[in-house]
Amino acid sequence: MMRASAPGVGNPGAGGRRRLLSRQPAVLGLVPVLAAATLLLGALPATAQGGPAPSEQQVYEVASELRCVVCQNLSVADSPSEMAGQMRAIVRERLASGQTPAQVRQYFVGRYGDWILLAPPRRGFTLLVWLAPLVAVLVGLVVVALLVRRWTRRRPKARPAIDAVMSERIRQELEREP
Amino acid sequence: MTRSWRYLLPLTAVPVLALLAYGFRVNPRDIPSPLLGRPAAAFVLTAYDGTSMDLAALRGKVVVLNFWASWCYPACYEEAPVLERGWRAYRDRGVVVLGVDIQDKDEAGRKFIGDFGLTFANGPDPAGKVSVDYGVYGVPETFFIDRGGSIRVKHVSAVTDQVFRETVERLLAEPVPAR
Amino acid sequence: MIPEVGTGALLVALILAVYGAAAAAVGGRRGRPALVESAQHAALGVFALLTAAVLLLVYAFLRFDFSVRYVATNTNLGTPFYYRITALWGALEGSIVLWAWMLSIYTLLVIVRHRTSARQLYPWVLTVMLSVVAFFLVVMTVPAPVFARLTPVPADGRGLNPLLEDSGMITHPVALYLGFTGFTVPFAFAVAALVTGRVGDFWITTTRRWTIVAWYFLSLGLLIGGWWSYHVLGWGGYWAWDPVENAAFMPWLTGTALLHSVMIQERRRMLRLWNIALVMLTFSLTLFGTFLTRSGVIASVHAFTQGSIGVFFLTFLSLVVLVALALIAWRWDALGAQGELDSVVSRESAFLLNNVLLVAATFTVFFGTVFPLLSEAVRGVKVSVGAPFFNQVNVPLFLSLIFLMGVGPLIAWRRASLENLRRNFLGPVVIGVAAAALFRLLGVGSILAVTTLALTVFVVATIGVDLVRATRARRRLGERALPALGHLLLRHNRRYGGFVIHLAILVVAVGVTGSQAWSVHTETTLKRGEATELAGYRIRFDGLRESQESNHGKVTGTFTVVGGHGAGAVLEPAKKFYPQEQSPIAYVDYRLGLVDDLYLVLGDFASDGSHATVKFQVNRMVSWIWIGGLVLTLGTVLAVLPERRKAA
Repeated sequence: MMRASAPGVGNPGAGGRRRLLSRQPAVLGLVPVLAAATLLLGALPATAQGGPAPSEQQVYEVASELRCVVCQNLSVADSPSEMAGQMRAIVRERLASGQTPAQVRQYFVGRYGDWILLAPPRRGFTLLVWLAPLVAVLVGLVVVALLVRRWTRRRPKARPAIDAVMSERIRQELEREP
Repeated sequence: MTRSWRYLLPLTAVPVLALLAYGFRVNPRDIPSPLLGRPAAAFVLTAYDGTSMDLAALRGKVVVLNFWASWCYPACYEEAPVLERGWRAYRDRGVVVLGVDIQDKDEAGRKFIGDFGLTFANGPDPAGKVSVDYGVYGVPETFFIDRGGSIRVKHVSAVTDQVFRETVERLLAEPVPAR
Repeated sequence: MIPEVGTGALLVALILAVYGAAAAAVGGRRGRPALVESAQHAALGVFALLTAAVLLLVYAFLRFDFSVRYVATNTNLGTPFYYRITALWGALEGSIVLWAWMLSIYTLLVIVRHRTSARQLYPWVLTVMLSVVAFFLVVMTVPAPVFARLTPVPADGRGLNPLLEDSGMITHPVALYLGFTGFTVPFAFAVAALVTGRVGDFWITTTRRWTIVAWYFLSLGLLIGGWWSYHVLGWGGYWAWDPVENAAFMPWLTGTALLHSVMIQERRRMLRLWNIALVMLTFSLTLFGTFLTRSGVIASVHAFTQGSIGVFFLTFLSLVVLVALALIAWRWDALGAQGELDSVVSRESAFLLNNVLLVAATFTVFFGTVFPLLSEAVRGVKVSVGAPFFNQVNVPLFLSLIFLMGVGPLIAWRRASLENLRRNFLGPVVIGVAAAALFRLLGVGSILAVTTLALTVFVVATIGVDLVRATRARRRLGERALPALGHLLLRHNRRYGGFVIHLAILVVAVGVTGSQAWSVHTETTLKRGEATELAGYRIRFDGLRESQESNHGKVTGTFTVVGGHGAGAVLEPAKKFYPQEQSPIAYVDYRLGLVDDLYLVLGDFASDGSHATVKFQVNRMVSWIWIGGLVLTLGTVLAVLPERRKAA
């Protein structure tokens, strides 16, 4: 690993810490300002991205939640097959006649079963699959937390006493490492 | 982990492996229909010969509704003669056979009908609305509708003489519903 | 004649592989180097015979030998020359041959490289590798015989699946399989370590490069698969969370976790049990992948076929998993952690978190993939788990991982003081937040896109901070900036190779984000001479023409870009009619760009060419995904360079 050649060559030494401290307030102050700016800007309407007419976008959104029955694992929105085109037309017609996306989805579920939905419903048994990632992360974090606790407790208590100035220099050099 | 407990470690994999083994018993392409026992959706189609196919008008009869396509080989080719035989045998006993040609071209459909000499009503489903209304996801699929207008049996893949006969006889034996 | 010779060669290879595995095991157990050497020769023989089998198959393809059933099913007289060669891995039987052949090559390389440098582990490594080869040889001779004879010999073959007649076919399976089979090597070493009880760091430091190379090829295979899906399948997408795609993605996730946790074991001698488990898991997932593809257990667009072959794979997978777990249980005590952790805020923690997130993502993908099976087993109800689910649940995990990419390399080992955190991260955090504000200002509507891009900027800033500081340190020694940078990259090639790989992932992430957020599309029917517009591009339908290719008929539509950007370009999407396929195959035409891809798919058309339906997409930032692949290659090359021992 890279090391500075010798303490004191071309580095600010102990004075550097003070310099950083004096810069701090300004730099630290910038963060909340920028954060606030981001939030405020979030209130501005984003410029339109262009694309299909709103109702086409709605058709696309509903269709992308339905499974194409002939091509396996593609959505009705994406599938190039004829049946998918026909299903898209049905979605378009039903949305145009005033049905809500939920009603259109329900129409298909009534004929094909829950299988036609590309994302399983968030209730009942299928709620399990939605919870899986949360459970996995939580279990992982708990295990890691327990391990970390066990490992940090194992630290040997006795440490040779080091001169304060030497300790400071060592710390600075270690931190200058890439 | 104490000495004996850790040898149970391999057992943790067993449920997953068992689940995968279970996968051999199921056919992922076999989707159960939620329409069984429910009223069959009404439709009106124009047959290839110009006549009208109106399901609602057939209330009181047993209806065999078959979805097919000329490119569906070999299953539709196997069941076409079966359906024709069934139609001829039962047409005088209050059974109607209807064929719906989906995602097909008219010329190919007509050729199919001509090749097999089909005499029951056959028409195209141009926008696929009827096939979606019946939850059709492949061909061939056949729906057996009782006199009361409810879907009783959904048969996926080619219909055989035995299936046709047994199902139709069972539905014919049921009493005619009061109007 | 070819079927018989080929089958014979495979049978002999099987016998040799079984013998070699047994000989190596016995030789290792009893300390008999002569047996181990004999096993080596057997491995050489297996390689030679498999190579001969491959060459025989290629020869049969090139000579249209339809007496071999595999040749007849996958080519016909019209199949172009190069696809006759790549048809070797075009279907189930041949893909097994390719897999086994690659395994035998890897075995050979392991022999050459580790015969003397890993004396204790070596016999067991050989045993494992030859056992795996033996399994695939069994599959090649029993349930999926590649040299099965076809009688009577047909006049013409059936032909290759038209979707496979593409450049992706030439590269995707090769890269993917090099990745899959590559993970057998670390697995073999892990088993050897457990069996011999030498569970220290040697086995993992020895296999580090193998792991990176396998990981790289797997990454490449996934990216090429995405490219293939994008330009062939006609839906304008590159990843559908199809079960088989997931099955290839999962070992990639655990492989990535492994690449990181290895560093903890190397520096701090911790996580030995975890790393062994991770290697075993990665290898098991590669087997799971082949099982899924070939068993038909879960419906997929990729699935080759069913039959008894699934049973073979599940049996082998079960054997591997159970033996691996049993070995771990046996050596549990020896695998305890040696080192300690000083603080929660440290690089060790960042790596641990990285592993948690990656394994959680793997679990999510796995659970989602098998959930339809579970639902049916428990409730008898079929459900689907598709792209909307995977996209939603994985996004937070991946965003967190991107954040960690910035934190990990810079945060201190053991304990990061507040000073260390401030020095390394204040600047990049500020820059990241500023970037988020800037993107919002520029009109980026999607919160997800803003977050991803801001995180990317944050990570790039951390890399910048590191590079600047390290270059400046070298410059104090009198070196000029650019040579300093060069020396830095080469002297610490592992670290900076890793940085470049991180950058590559970021480039891919930016591409994915951009394409999801900003791509637009439309579907419309045009009369001849009529034009349509999308996102500033105007295309005009100019007509259709029919043609006959060597093994299919083709109807091509001509579309010209008129006015606006890219004016004058002509795109020709087509529909290809193969006699052996029931429905026509769409041939997509596209113009790639750094930001905009034009993408056209021909739909229905009138036979007189008077009008045609066309699906028109302007896909944004997709090229960044492929560029990310190139950067990944550079980073991997840098990372695997041999360590420089000279002083700076």
